[in-house]
Amino acid sequence: MGARDYSMLGADAKRAVETGLSAAEWYHTSVPRKEMKALMKRSDQPAIRDTILLFGLMVGFAGAGIALWGSWWSAPFWLAYGVLYGSAMDSRWHECGHGTAFRTGWMNDWVYQVACFCMVRNPVTWRWSHARHHTDTIIVGRDPEIVAMRPPDLLRIVLNFFGILDALNGWKRMLQNAAGHLDDEETTFIPDSEKPKAFNAARIWVLIYVATLVLAVVLGSILPLMVIGLPRFFGAWHHVMTGVLQHSGLAEDVLDHRLNSRTVLMNPVSRFIYWNMNYHVEHHMFPMVPYHALPKLHETIKHDLPAPNQSIFEAYVEVLPVLIRQLRNENYFLKRSLPATAKPYREDLHLDALGTPAE
Amino acid sequence: MNQWIDACAKGDIEEEDLIRFDHGDRTFAIYRSPDDEFFCTDGLCTHEEVHLEDGLVMDHTIECPKHNGQFDYRTGKALRAPVCDNLQTYPVKVEGDRVLIQI
Repeated sequence: MGARDYSMLGADAKRAVETGLSAAEWYHTSVPRKEMKALMKRSDQPAIRDTILLFGLMVGFAGAGIALWGSWWSAPFWLAYGVLYGSAMDSRWHECGHGTAFRTGWMNDWVYQVACFCMVRNPVTWRWSHARHHTDTIIVGRDPEIVAMRPPDLLRIVLNFFGILDALNGWKRMLQNAAGHLDDEETTFIPDSEKPKAFNAARIWVLIYVATLVLAVVLGSILPLMVIGLPRFFGAWHHVMTGVLQHSGLAEDVLDHRLNSRTVLMNPVSRFIYWNMNYHVEHHMFPMVPYHALPKLHETIKHDLPAPNQSIFEAYVEVLPVLIRQLRNENYFLKRSLPATAKPYREDLHLDALGTPAE
Repeated sequence: MNQWIDACAKGDIEEEDLIRFDHGDRTFAIYRSPDDEFFCTDGLCTHEEVHLEDGLVMDHTIECPKHNGQFDYRTGKALRAPVCDNLQTYPVKVEGDRVLIQI
């Protein structure tokens, strides 16, 4: 297999459409309709509780950081605030973008807009980008959200632990959108009717950033930027740490989420920040199930899935050697064993796309 | 001329749920609302033609199982991205225990 072309406009994108890898039927574990309806059931209560806690903590940490400004004692509060701003908002963007976090639509939309702003992700562009990620998960040339391409650009991933490339790219796109332009790749997945909304959102953001910068100049302090903007750098590490584990080192160009997605059991703090997206195979197989029901979904279908990684550390012990090996051999990937109770991998769905499995 | 087709029994659909109904080379979704009314739409989502049969009925909306786009199944109106185009709806009547759709 030749070098991969991850561009949405390249040869692999065309190949995926021609071979039927794009917009294909995917494998799903069988779950009785009655049980699935119960799992999909929406509720406002868990997300209201978590959102009050999230914003309450953000106000508290930022308030303590401001009160202690000028002293090193403020540092831990800014670091905690940063993780909520630059990482917890990633999962809020995700869940509210799906519309599953709250039962009430406007609550999803409101938190979604705030989260998009914090993560510097245009609310229109990224809604459509993520729809494509679910249509064509880790299909080369079709999925715009592949974190670890092959060969993996480890420097890029490390820089993004500090938000450097993602945030700078987000602000660059914001200015581009505010001027009424979309990136060429983005035009492949955003309908024309949605483009004005993307431009308007970017223009509102520019106004907010200008106001923040003016305030910083007037005060002669970076403090306003510690509240808005900079946490996207110093708080990004947690969402990159968990996000890298979602698909990295696993198969590309397959039509069975058990082959290209990873479930990792995590500590309760990370699960709050990540809003249970550690159950990632489950989420991709059944995106209708809200975050608070994913542990139950995991229990329901785990007989049909590879065993989950037992911790973030254990998952990295699995992933890092694969990524390092992919630097030399980009066709290498990890194919995990299924339990005896599982149905076999649906390799017939994507047979031609498979490379060299790990042993 | 449109004709009435016997699609299913009332009891085939749980309250606030839907079933798939195939007829010839066409596929439909038939809904039972929380207030015990019946409705019919095309079966495939207008976004990427995923069948709605595995979707979630909440009040008077159907949510697509793939990308969470929503429609009002009474009118077919697209309510939430990524769906932009409305869903075709069809007349429904109930005769005794049977649900009939006009297609």
